[in-house]
Amino acid sequence: MVAPNNQQRVIVVGGGLAGLAGTVRIAESGINVDLFSLVPVKRSHSVCAQGGINACNEVARQQGYSEFEHFEETVYGGDYLANQPPVYEMAHMAPKIIDLLDRMGVPFNRTAEGQRDLRLFGGSLYKRTHFAGATTGQQLMYALDEQTRRYEAEGKVNKYEFWEFLRPIIDEDGRCRGIVAQDLRSMQIRAFRADAVVMATGGPGLVFGKSTNSVMCTGAAAARCYRHGVKLGNPEFVQVHPTAIPGADKLRLMSESARGEGGRVWVPAVKNGNGWQPHPDAGRDPRQIPDGERWYFLEEKYPAYGNIVPRDIATREIFNVCMDGFGVGGGNMVYLDLTHKPAEFLETRLGGIMEIYRKFVGEDPVEVPMKIFPGVHYSMGGLYTTYESAEDHKGMVKGAPGNMMTNIPGLYAFGEVNYQYHGANRLGANALLSCIFDGLFCGESVVGYTRDMVANPSAKLEQSLYDAGTKAEEDRQNTLISSSGDENPYHIATELGNEMTAASTVVKTGPRLDKARSKIDELRERFTRISLADGAMWSNQNLSWSRAVDDMLIMADAMLCASSLRKESRGAHYREDFPERNDAEFLKTSVAVFDWATGRSRIEYEDVELGLSKPRLRNYAKAGLTAGSDAEKNGPETSDDPKASVRNSDPNGEPDINGKKVGAAAVEGGSNS
Amino acid sequence: MIASNETAKSSSETRRIKLTVLRQEGPGKPKRRESFDVDVSNVGGSDNVISCLQKVAANPTTKDGKASTPIAYESGCLEEVCGSCTMVINGAVRQACSCLIDDYAPNDGDEIVLEPMSKFPVIRDLWVDRRRLFNDLKRVKAWVPIDGTYHLGAGPEESPDDQQTRYRLSTCMSCGCCLEACPQYTYEDLDDEGKAPEGAFVGAAVISQARYFNEHETGANLKKVRLDELSKPGGVSDCGNAQNCVEVCPKEIPLTESIGSVGRQVTIHAVKKFFSGS
Repeated sequence: MVAPNNQQRVIVVGGGLAGLAGTVRIAESGINVDLFSLVPVKRSHSVCAQGGINACNEVARQQGYSEFEHFEETVYGGDYLANQPPVYEMAHMAPKIIDLLDRMGVPFNRTAEGQRDLRLFGGSLYKRTHFAGATTGQQLMYALDEQTRRYEAEGKVNKYEFWEFLRPIIDEDGRCRGIVAQDLRSMQIRAFRADAVVMATGGPGLVFGKSTNSVMCTGAAAARCYRHGVKLGNPEFVQVHPTAIPGADKLRLMSESARGEGGRVWVPAVKNGNGWQPHPDAGRDPRQIPDGERWYFLEEKYPAYGNIVPRDIATREIFNVCMDGFGVGGGNMVYLDLTHKPAEFLETRLGGIMEIYRKFVGEDPVEVPMKIFPGVHYSMGGLYTTYESAEDHKGMVKGAPGNMMTNIPGLYAFGEVNYQYHGANRLGANALLSCIFDGLFCGESVVGYTRDMVANPSAKLEQSLYDAGTKAEEDRQNTLISSSGDENPYHIATELGNEMTAASTVVKTGPRLDKARSKIDELRERFTRISLADGAMWSNQNLSWSRAVDDMLIMADAMLCASSLRKESRGAHYREDFPERNDAEFLKTSVAVFDWATGRSRIEYEDVELGLSKPRLRNYAKAGLTAGSDAEKNGPETSDDPKASVRNSDPNGEPDINGKKVGAAAVEGGSNS
Repeated sequence: MIASNETAKSSSETRRIKLTVLRQEGPGKPKRRESFDVDVSNVGGSDNVISCLQKVAANPTTKDGKASTPIAYESGCLEEVCGSCTMVINGAVRQACSCLIDDYAPNDGDEIVLEPMSKFPVIRDLWVDRRRLFNDLKRVKAWVPIDGTYHLGAGPEESPDDQQTRYRLSTCMSCGCCLEACPQYTYEDLDDEGKAPEGAFVGAAVISQARYFNEHETGANLKKVRLDELSKPGGVSDCGNAQNCVEVCPKEIPLTESIGSVGRQVTIHAVKKFFSGS
């Protein structure tokens, strides 16, 4: 291996799971990392992840599961919009990632024998989700935070906490050579040199006002890259999680693991000759409602998967029963019921979310069914990235500089801000995996790229390139501070959130999306007339927030534009006016390009790389989601794959129900629960 | 609405509370109290201290009708897992996000008083500099010394009981509540890197993290280094056994148990060192 130039540096923006995993992997290779974060990295949004992290494991393997099954569940659950080679690579690295986290000391729940325990999660009939109580994200974050601190103590990582990313620095050749950032305490704006930059800045939940996201998840960092030439991939795909609890400030997630551990979703109803009807008495104590007057609608409609159908499906069903008048108390709520489970079981496996529900709602889910409703949760879309496909689409070329690089050379996107892996709908417990996978696997690609740049380091570039970036951001800030109109940035953000939630979440239509675009235009015009309540040049959070609102408006326009043009329904994107999936026209990635001249988004389409699993319609009423791959054309991926013969027997790519009945039964005999 | 939640039902209409904040524009600047009227309700989810601060930010006009500025504070997850929004509320330290207005100011006109933590330098308003805590985690090498991130198989097996013990310790979010409540943890001016002067007490959070890593099979490889560090002035013997830490910990981490455990480890370590002469 080429020794790295000790002057070379990599900047990582974002200290969540993806950013920290990347930092650790890059620092380990001998390249110093400057790590930028809006918050002390230990407080990053990844701590909010609850349920777990997916990986094939020995028990599931002996029941007929494999990395290939994990891969197929992921692309099938994502309604075939994910490029398949990266997903293949991720699923195959997943067991090694779990081992690594285990070595780092993550307190994964254990079986009686001391093995890592497993649980069921959405979109799978096998137990393949590893977990640490119901705070898995927090535990994984801390393990990576600790390893980062270790490298920081050794001088290999330099943290810039409470620093906000403002723009990438792009040179004449179109390469990313650093960033401009601002110290949120002193408000100093500075440019930093880097030989590669990794954006690991998470999702844009706040574009929708209230979401399950943390307060810093504005999507502003991604929008700032977008303004400066980075494309977006599939911005119209935003996951609405089926089970959240509403609050005045945010929506709090109630993990899918609640259903994976046996939680049942129901509404009060009565059944007569016309089927289920809303119960006339809306105010009953749920504990007094007899079983015959509880409509377990997910179990009824999806006998094979029941309560663990993928999120987009559960969300639409919950939304629809509420629209049909079945909601608890006539409102927008359904019950998520764990009261049939023993208290100790719930405490050991779901303690974290039980505590959140008790603290924020004031009721005990051990005693009373929880009341939940869907909430904006995760963006499948994000910065557009490329990768180098391995032979026969089976994964990516290890260490190749192009893996998860955006269209700007030297600028990478890891984690939620990267549009790869999840297609049109992310499966539960795949997010933590994709974040860490990006950091570890694609971190090596950053190292590879940096080594390739050894003769042309950013340290040798003219200072004027950096000064120009600093100046441009100082100008932008001055414009904001000196603006003295009658508009309030907080009110603009609230209107933006309300509009986006109403127009572009569970159900979308062309006319409503177009109306929302007009609204965004109006808000953007009004934004030019804002005035800030605080003009201080010390720790001015008002300024930082207002600047982010401006960027959120741009992100919203891209989401709406892509939503409006995708005239089909796929995964999380449901168009009431085009309710069917349309592979002929739309089995394509939406690629959004920002047009400086108009300030608007332009959408291009790009083919999805398939090749391993042949697209077919999803049907979670039946077991047998993944059997019937395109095995005939590509052959089984390993000769010892026990399911290969099943797939080969099915040249037409139809779901093979028999092949999966084994799996459905195997769940009952799964690991200790 | 179910029977057990009658109190929430009776307060479901909008009411106006008084939010008083101890403000400071920056380090070395004078402190002042400012009060705001905030309308709260529990329609569409209960209000909490953070949602009140958000309302003030959108309309920073004081109770007396004077134009003011949004209040600076740290926040993150708003579900008590990130540790950002620690502040002193009505005299007691806690997370602001889980501080429900229905509990703290159930009636029209009730007042809630917000102050920054007193043990850390104020950056602005309720936002304080907690770098000292993260630096102290470095001092006790709060990590498992793994041989890099390449695949080397699984970690050590662990009994469910041991996992449950470690899990509770691992939920520490470095919020600083235990430090604010501790009589021995005193305010210190921090250097440029955010470090306290030598000999300043590390506090319960850091001692408990040392225990967490000492109890992991691989983490224990650094046990001696951690115990050496905690044997010094500012280490575990500085604990005055007030037990305030465990009372205020929002994660209910058994902090006094951790201090006891590490205290015993330090004693044994010292005795061994004495007899081995090292």
